[in-house]
Amino acid sequence: MGEAIVITSGKGGVGKTTTTANIGTALALQGKKVCLVDTDIGLRNLDVVMGLENRIIYDLVDAVEGRCKLSQTLIKDKRFDDLRLLPASQSKDKSAVRPEQMAKIVEELKRDFDYVLIDCPAGIEQGFRNAISGADQAIVVTTPETSAVRDADRIIGLIEKEEHIAPPKLIINRVRSHMIKSGGMIDIDDIMDVLSIDLLGIVVDDEEVIAASNKGEPIALQPSSRAAMAYRNIARRILGESVPLMSLDENKGFFKKVKQLLGMR
Amino acid sequence: MTNKRPLVMIMGKKDGLVLKLDDQCAYHDLLEELKARLSERRQHYSDGPLLSVKVEAGNRYLDSAQREEIQAIIRSEKMLVVEEITSNVMTVEECDERLRRQSLLQVRQTVRSGQVLEAPGDLLVIGDVNPGGQVVACGNIYIMGALRGIAHAGADGASDKVIVSSLMKPTQLKIGSVFSRSADVVEQEGRYMECAYVDPNTGRIAVDRLQSYIKRFHGLARMSYEGVK
Repeated sequence: MGEAIVITSGKGGVGKTTTTANIGTALALQGKKVCLVDTDIGLRNLDVVMGLENRIIYDLVDAVEGRCKLSQTLIKDKRFDDLRLLPASQSKDKSAVRPEQMAKIVEELKRDFDYVLIDCPAGIEQGFRNAISGADQAIVVTTPETSAVRDADRIIGLIEKEEHIAPPKLIINRVRSHMIKSGGMIDIDDIMDVLSIDLLGIVVDDEEVIAASNKGEPIALQPSSRAAMAYRNIARRILGESVPLMSLDENKGFFKKVKQLLGMR
Repeated sequence: MTNKRPLVMIMGKKDGLVLKLDDQCAYHDLLEELKARLSERRQHYSDGPLLSVKVEAGNRYLDSAQREEIQAIIRSEKMLVVEEITSNVMTVEECDERLRRQSLLQVRQTVRSGQVLEAPGDLLVIGDVNPGGQVVACGNIYIMGALRGIAHAGADGASDKVIVSSLMKPTQLKIGSVFSRSADVVEQEGRYMECAYVDPNTGRIAVDRLQSYIKRFHGLARMSYEGVK
């Protein structure tokens, strides 16, 4: 029996879909059987980010309405045999699925997969209700912006009321260390102070993330990108390893490192 | 009949009249007697200044209609103003309500954005109140944590209530019907163990160190000793 993890944020555009795609890929990289579920009915994106848009034949709504078997909707990833995607329907809207139907589907998927990652739509309405209905755990994604932190706080409050979900964990996305230093972005500590939940990881802002998702290749596959490393570390933490947080500073050259060692900064 | 105790006793005090109403007779008789007694003494106060009247009903329960009726009778005497009507008796509901207002609700949680926490009496929050979160109490509010959201003490209009917080960085403070919001310019780090109250001199919400508030009004400590009045 696998685990179902919902990835949510409240606010739109903070990187839920990218996070889902990359954690899923990183977990698959670790040899786990993973299913990604897109619950953003009407505004599906996860298939695009994964580069699987052209393979969709049946979707979530078809499965719910019984037009096909659940296994027929699952799309096999290009890169990993054990990574599947359950795409959302693009032509319907959120009301096409009810929370209890969603919970049933997730329950079914948990039998075949180690991890079921549920990509939640923005907002706190029906789409959110659907997404969390089958989840055992929750990951809240936020960025170091006041509005995103406010919405994350709201979402955490809603998730804490759901008894079937373990206390949510936090990912802080799109962190720019130089902006934090100059005071233009909120400090990580300040975010943790307000939200007071466990931190699962920090992902630095990386232009390559955008380039990669446009290509349909999750960044987590790139060996040296700092965002990729962050996602892979998050996956390892989900698997129970304890991995220290990466330092936020840019990669230093060899010479600077030697200077730092000698205390010359 | 003649040597019976009068149903209404009128006593003159320095600051006005005190009417003691008999609590054993029929209500109807009481009203009759009240009217008679007031009109018979009319010349004593009709040409003087406004007189305040306190009515003591003893062990008689008066519902709000009856209180209105008594008030109307007294008010019909031009120069009399009813200050208060007291009775030793209250209904079980009134008593419960009063107890609820004296009660202290303890909550151990972070009040997050969008959440509203309400208390009929005093409220003790062990945890933070985040921006967008709201705590509302008819009594005082004590927060063992950071107040970053909205706090409303004395929600039913009482302005003698206080808001105490370990870290005071509120979006808005309301006490009774007085309202204040945080400064638009971001000030220094929030300060610790502070108390917000309505300053009787300015009628505005003031925030001060908890210690200096206690010194000024030494009310906080006393309030808790008095218990149910």
